[in-house]
Amino acid sequence: MTDFPGAPTGPSTGSRLRVLAAMSGGVDSAVAAARAAEAGHEVTGVHLALSSNPQSFRTGARGCCTLEDSRDARRAADVIGIPFYVWDLAERFREDVIDDFVAEYAAGRTPNPCLRCNEKIKFAALLDKALALGFDAVCTGHYARIVDLPGGGRELHRAVDAAKDQSYVLGVLDAEQLAHSLFPLGDTTKDRIRLEADRRGLAVAKKPDSHDICFITDGDTQKFLARHLGTAAGDIVDTDGTKLGEHDGAYGFTIGQRKGLRIGRPAADGKPRYVLDISPVTNTVTVGPAEGLDVLGLTAIRPRWCGAAPVGQGRYTAQLRAHGEEVPVTAEVLDGELRVVLDKPVRGVAPGQAVVLYDGTRVVGSATISATERRNPANI
Amino acid sequence: MPYLDHAATTPMLPEAIAAMTAHLGVTGNASSLHAAGRRARRVVEESRESLAASLGARPSEIVLTGGGTESDNLAVKGLYWARRDADPARTRVLCSPVEHHAVLDAVEWLAQHEGARVEYLPVDAHGRVHPEALREAIGSDPAAVALVTVMWANNEVGTIQPINELAAVAREFGIPMHADAVQALGQVPVSFADSGLDALTVTGHKIGGPYGVGALVLSRGAAPVPLLHGGGQERDVRSGTLDVPAAAGFAAAAALAVERRAGHAPELAKLRDDLIARVRAAVPDAILNGDPDPAGRLPANAHFSFPGCEGDALLMLLDAAGIEVSTGSACSAGVPQPSHVLLALGAEPKLARSSLRFSLGHTSTTADVDALAEAIGPVVERARNAGRR
Repeated sequence: MTDFPGAPTGPSTGSRLRVLAAMSGGVDSAVAAARAAEAGHEVTGVHLALSSNPQSFRTGARGCCTLEDSRDARRAADVIGIPFYVWDLAERFREDVIDDFVAEYAAGRTPNPCLRCNEKIKFAALLDKALALGFDAVCTGHYARIVDLPGGGRELHRAVDAAKDQSYVLGVLDAEQLAHSLFPLGDTTKDRIRLEADRRGLAVAKKPDSHDICFITDGDTQKFLARHLGTAAGDIVDTDGTKLGEHDGAYGFTIGQRKGLRIGRPAADGKPRYVLDISPVTNTVTVGPAEGLDVLGLTAIRPRWCGAAPVGQGRYTAQLRAHGEEVPVTAEVLDGELRVVLDKPVRGVAPGQAVVLYDGTRVVGSATISATERRNPANI
Repeated sequence: MPYLDHAATTPMLPEAIAAMTAHLGVTGNASSLHAAGRRARRVVEESRESLAASLGARPSEIVLTGGGTESDNLAVKGLYWARRDADPARTRVLCSPVEHHAVLDAVEWLAQHEGARVEYLPVDAHGRVHPEALREAIGSDPAAVALVTVMWANNEVGTIQPINELAAVAREFGIPMHADAVQALGQVPVSFADSGLDALTVTGHKIGGPYGVGALVLSRGAAPVPLLHGGGQERDVRSGTLDVPAAAGFAAAAALAVERRAGHAPELAKLRDDLIARVRAAVPDAILNGDPDPAGRLPANAHFSFPGCEGDALLMLLDAAGIEVSTGSACSAGVPQPSHVLLALGAEPKLARSSLRFSLGHTSTTADVDALAEAIGPVVERARNAGRR
């Protein structure tokens, strides 16, 4: 067993690294692995089996998505010419991502499982194991850029392809995780990645993008939650507490939701009503006019910084959900919590979602939204 | 490149390559009546006679198949169907829990789709089925037993079963018995006639022959319902145009494997004992799985659990060091899971997942063992460190 000297500060351009490429079976991670190999790194491909799905006598952890994805990843590794293995992280994934996802919904919050997976699985469980086994870095097909600073240290930036940018779901990475990460796709647009995959002979070049939550295979989140949480009838009320209807479970709603409220009576002003609040304790869903969704500020917990934690009050832009718009904010850390004041109101912000702060294209850090400040409905 | 995975597949013998390639360019369907057909038929029949001689069987008892998995499926499903059709009450299938998936999944399929009642025979801590256990399992209702299937030697931990004794018990009750001898052939004496079995699975690529060819040795009285219907080429039990070059290559390999066994097996055993001693020296807490008595396990097999490690991590690190091993049977490769064999032996799932199989073959040298002995200590240490996270 030879040991591969990795730069002590983690991967930096120019040195030959032992790289573990997480390969989902999609086009992005395949091209990322190919680029890392072409850059001269010693790359090993690994597909993460993330969901235990007993299918036959040979019960097995099947690929997070499908067995075909695992085969696609293996085939891509063959073409690139790198070793390939399947690692079973199903147990960690269930505990850290799926159980958390269900618990968050049960508590009336709206989690982002992709962020959670990056924080707890790809750049924690996987990275830890990789480092322990002698790798220097984990490589993924995320669209984001890492910038090495002249004096050492690294920054995480948005990808050049704004439509594909995934820096939001990587906002949970701290400096140490970033030091051992490789995102080879951040400087390229998705359409060029597909062309490149084709040129490299990767059969996944035309494979459609995945959009949905990987562990909810049919895309029906409500059904998934109902299976895990059961049904529990509760009231749908107006902002003044008037009962308007009933529901099968408060978790079935998302703040900002308009459709499927099953309210017989129209609002007095005739305007559509939206879910404003979900209270799991009383199993009550509060609805009201769109203006009631306007968030002016928020508090977020468990902040994680991509570099040094910011000191004092600062001006940033904030992204409040995947592919959401960027809004100018003033933010500061008080008592370990992030306080954010928005320059203009934003609608449909739910506790559980992540706020990611940017300084230009640079990711500053992220935190989980715990509370929002909204206009008092009485004043609307 | 130290290759320590001969139980997955072993390099073809030069003589088998020569025998096979000699026929690759020759036209002739062995079922055709013209001269080309007769020429091909002659090669197949000579191969069959040669295989029969190697396996202690009659030529008419050799049914050529597409390999071990097909032979196992034909024996298990075919005999089950035939026996149940003759008497609908015959739905019991007695099976060892350490079978290869080709048997295990076949009996489970019968349970799910064909009303079979599968009963797993108890095994001892080495994975061995004792004849008394079989007798007890047959118990008070022998008439309802469709078949017994127990492998000759285990593919993962190498435990050799008392096949002749087990077959004698089955025979006493008039129950047909099948054994998968894919791993046993060439390592221990395998004689169909002496065994008292009704069906025996062997395959080419584990003994230095080609892939994709095997045989089910089938006593004359056994008439399994076919899996493949068609031309009825093989005793009406197996259809499909006969693979002339493969039959020739398989027969050549089997003849050499059997002929060389007496000299080869003790050499393998010596090398294996050295491997075991040196792995233990490098990793004192490594646990040897299977029968510690060299007489009770395949001479080419060593199988260890390395507490605190993940077998997959060990495999990857050894692979990176150029040493090729397996965590179990290659069929479970790709989807990591604890071995059903080790679980049947009483191992905890975590310990089962910490295991590696080292299997030797006709190209193995002391240099292979030297390379493993040098690598295994640091590899286990690193994997253990990773396993703690």
